[in-house]
Amino acid sequence: MADLHFSDAEPTASERRAVLAALSVDEASDGAVVVSHPRVVRAGMQRRKQMRHLLLPALHALQREAGWISPGGLNFVGRTLGVPPAEAYGVATFYEMFRTEAPAHELSVRHVCVDPICALAGAAPLAEHLRSQGHAVHEGPCLGQCERAPAVFIQGRREPDRVPADGSGPDSLLVSVTAPAPEAPSLLRHMIGRDPGHNESMSMEAYRERGGGTALDTALRLGTDEVIAQVTTAGLSGRGGAAFPTGIKWRAVADGEGPKHVVANIDESEPGTFKDRLLCELEPLAIIESIAVAGLTVGAEHGWIYIRGEYPLATQRLRHAIAQAHSAGWLGDDAAGSGQPFDIELRRGAGAYICGEETALFNSLEGFRGEPRNKPPFPTTHGLFGRPTVVNNPETLLNVNEILRIGPEAYRSVGTDGSPGTKLFCLSGHVGRPGLYEAPFGMPLGELLGLAGGVQGTLAAVLLGGAAGSFVGPDAGGLQLSLEDTRAAGTTLGSGPVMVFNDTADMSAVVERLAKFFRDESCGQCVPCRVGTVRQHELVTQIRRTGRSTEPQRELLGDIADAMGDASICGLGHTAASAVLSAMRLGLLGDGQL
Amino acid sequence: MSSGNGSSDRQVTLSIDGREVTVPEGETILAACTAADVDTPTICWAPNLTPVNVCRVCVVELEGSRTLVPACSRPVEAGMQISTDSERVRHSRRMVLEFLGSANDLSQASEIADWSRIYGADPARYEGSADDGDGLSLRPEPERVDEPVRIQDDLYIRAYDRCVLCYKCVEACGDDAQHTFAIAVAGRGFDARIRTEYDAELPDSACVYCGNCVAVCPTGALQFRTEFDLRAVGEWRPDDQAVTRTVCSYCGVGCNLELHVQDEHIVKVTSPADHSVTSGHLCIKGRFGWQYVHAPAFEPPTTSAAEH
Repeated sequence: MADLHFSDAEPTASERRAVLAALSVDEASDGAVVVSHPRVVRAGMQRRKQMRHLLLPALHALQREAGWISPGGLNFVGRTLGVPPAEAYGVATFYEMFRTEAPAHELSVRHVCVDPICALAGAAPLAEHLRSQGHAVHEGPCLGQCERAPAVFIQGRREPDRVPADGSGPDSLLVSVTAPAPEAPSLLRHMIGRDPGHNESMSMEAYRERGGGTALDTALRLGTDEVIAQVTTAGLSGRGGAAFPTGIKWRAVADGEGPKHVVANIDESEPGTFKDRLLCELEPLAIIESIAVAGLTVGAEHGWIYIRGEYPLATQRLRHAIAQAHSAGWLGDDAAGSGQPFDIELRRGAGAYICGEETALFNSLEGFRGEPRNKPPFPTTHGLFGRPTVVNNPETLLNVNEILRIGPEAYRSVGTDGSPGTKLFCLSGHVGRPGLYEAPFGMPLGELLGLAGGVQGTLAAVLLGGAAGSFVGPDAGGLQLSLEDTRAAGTTLGSGPVMVFNDTADMSAVVERLAKFFRDESCGQCVPCRVGTVRQHELVTQIRRTGRSTEPQRELLGDIADAMGDASICGLGHTAASAVLSAMRLGLLGDGQL
Repeated sequence: MSSGNGSSDRQVTLSIDGREVTVPEGETILAACTAADVDTPTICWAPNLTPVNVCRVCVVELEGSRTLVPACSRPVEAGMQISTDSERVRHSRRMVLEFLGSANDLSQASEIADWSRIYGADPARYEGSADDGDGLSLRPEPERVDEPVRIQDDLYIRAYDRCVLCYKCVEACGDDAQHTFAIAVAGRGFDARIRTEYDAELPDSACVYCGNCVAVCPTGALQFRTEFDLRAVGEWRPDDQAVTRTVCSYCGVGCNLELHVQDEHIVKVTSPADHSVTSGHLCIKGRFGWQYVHAPAFEPPTTSAAEH
């Protein structure tokens, strides 16, 4: 490590204590869960990276204690972890939840979501009301609570982060079309109707009574090749939006040289998506079990959970589940009696949509700015710390548990040939019963909306796939919700959000907000996305103001979309124009010409 | 470092614009293009830095790839079918150049200006046109990078309204050369900027004034004070400058220097990127310690007043 230069700024005693607590071994409260197994990091820049993965937990600790990342606090973190202050500052300024200027108050900060569904549900008046009550308010992007909009998340100052709706509001609605039949796959099977606030239902004993632990037993009995064969035969594809075949991913990592990693990507930040939050809140032990299945199958020693910073309840329950899994022997030097070491560490994100992109997530977790990496090389060979890495979201991982429970043939009995199994759909907006719906792939959109109590009022449009998805019109009720059918129709399921708008919604405002979302969430690394999202938002703003679009504007929007789609580094840029273009086609913005 | 790891004995044959090219395994598409005499625009690439592939102006079309790929960093594979002049490639290159022109002051970025002409980039498109009619007044002013010039010392200035965020200065200050880590990218999206921590003034930062960041800047966002001051009075004349190669006189390492001399005064010191000792990078003495050359000649004291 080079000799680092720091300014004279010193941390306060409380900042120093907060950082040390966050970095201490086995500090289970709100610190990083740093377990005692030896860390093996053999990527380049070895010395710089050994401690650096603790940068995000340290910054969280400073933010909570002081309300900002002060120069003295940053210096202390930099000295402790061997991170140059300019780089630590670059990381701190990347995230929505960190401030690098002293706040004018000592308050916890209430984040209010201003994305489309919450905006319809009265986010603006809510923010105004909270301000009038003397609260510190920060209006920002989707908080993953769209089923109970408008969403609020309280970022604690010297108190734990919390979500007011947790525990106090109505329980979120869960519906599964496949659940009662024991031979059909269903992720929500044991979550429906159970009181998640009841602590005993979260215990390992209760989980085992529900059949918990059998996936891990089955995986160990079958062994690596057979597990991967079953996942492949079942036709499982990733549920985060890219729909990559899980079996191929696991095979590649299983064939790679160790050390290897498994990462549970719980950074779902796509507007309209809240499924992984509910899965983690309702059945955290199943998530831990599924990560262990993945780790022991591909021969990884290190499991990681990267979860949205805005999900305090899910975080707390996952931490509790990790502790229980340790007690039960699932994790440790001889994980689940496999003879292999496997352990799980948890990291909280700090508010950045881009960190859901897998390579951005790796950089964030390693303590760097959450900027995506160029692919290839792919994570299966060059993932976390440059090592072979499986990265999947909870929905995908839980599907593996289901495949191991019922076998690939039974799994394939549900869904379509091209999209076997079920999909979790996040229904929000103008439907009778917003909530989480599990339906076989291929269910027509109209039927899904019917399940959710139907459209309130007259349907104007449905946004499938969130901000990165596209709008479909009122005539799309027959659209079959499978990967292949949505692709053929020029749209996408994405991660499963289904945002419903009736004719009272100001659709041009919705579209402008989506354009603003990408402008705000672009990481800024590559030119097409950094500037393209800004120019797109400016054009959309103008079209909204004038109520019509001109030929040069439409041409420019198309040109911007082509460049972002073709030349950006990652999926954010590739999809940043999709919703806007679909809105233009449907006449939701301007006069419907494209 | 350099253009890939082209040290392998094994050769790879690929097709560029329909012509077969053979290059060592581990080389990049950019190197293959160069070998095929195909000119490729680059902004964030440099021969003495690790490719970061962020500017995306070098993208090419690779058969079988859903999106375009960056030539500067994508390793060659046998049988690749590359198009460097397809409509898709021309479009994305033009848009990248146009985006930068619409956001930054590129008046001192002569290479980018040349490529912009070649690809027909028209940044004025974002300012609206008469066709907009009454809509023109409703169009938000296109956001530009707006930053004051930072003049904090006698050695170099920072004019971030010219910065296209190519990351070269960060690489040169960090892993690729100096290992000083005085600067990094801070902020996000269009607001991302090159910064010291909390935008501390350079003399208070980790900066050691090696000037390696200035040497790799493609837009004049980082500029030696000598050049900045001469430009301010309209006296910066690159065409009138002679470049003389010499060896730095300070220590025994043997760094080669290129002295840029205008009107018999050194106005800039660089080092060749392909020089085996420096890879183009210098220290503060070689880069900035040349004033003694212009000191008044030492005149020995006269021995006798009688001469008068």
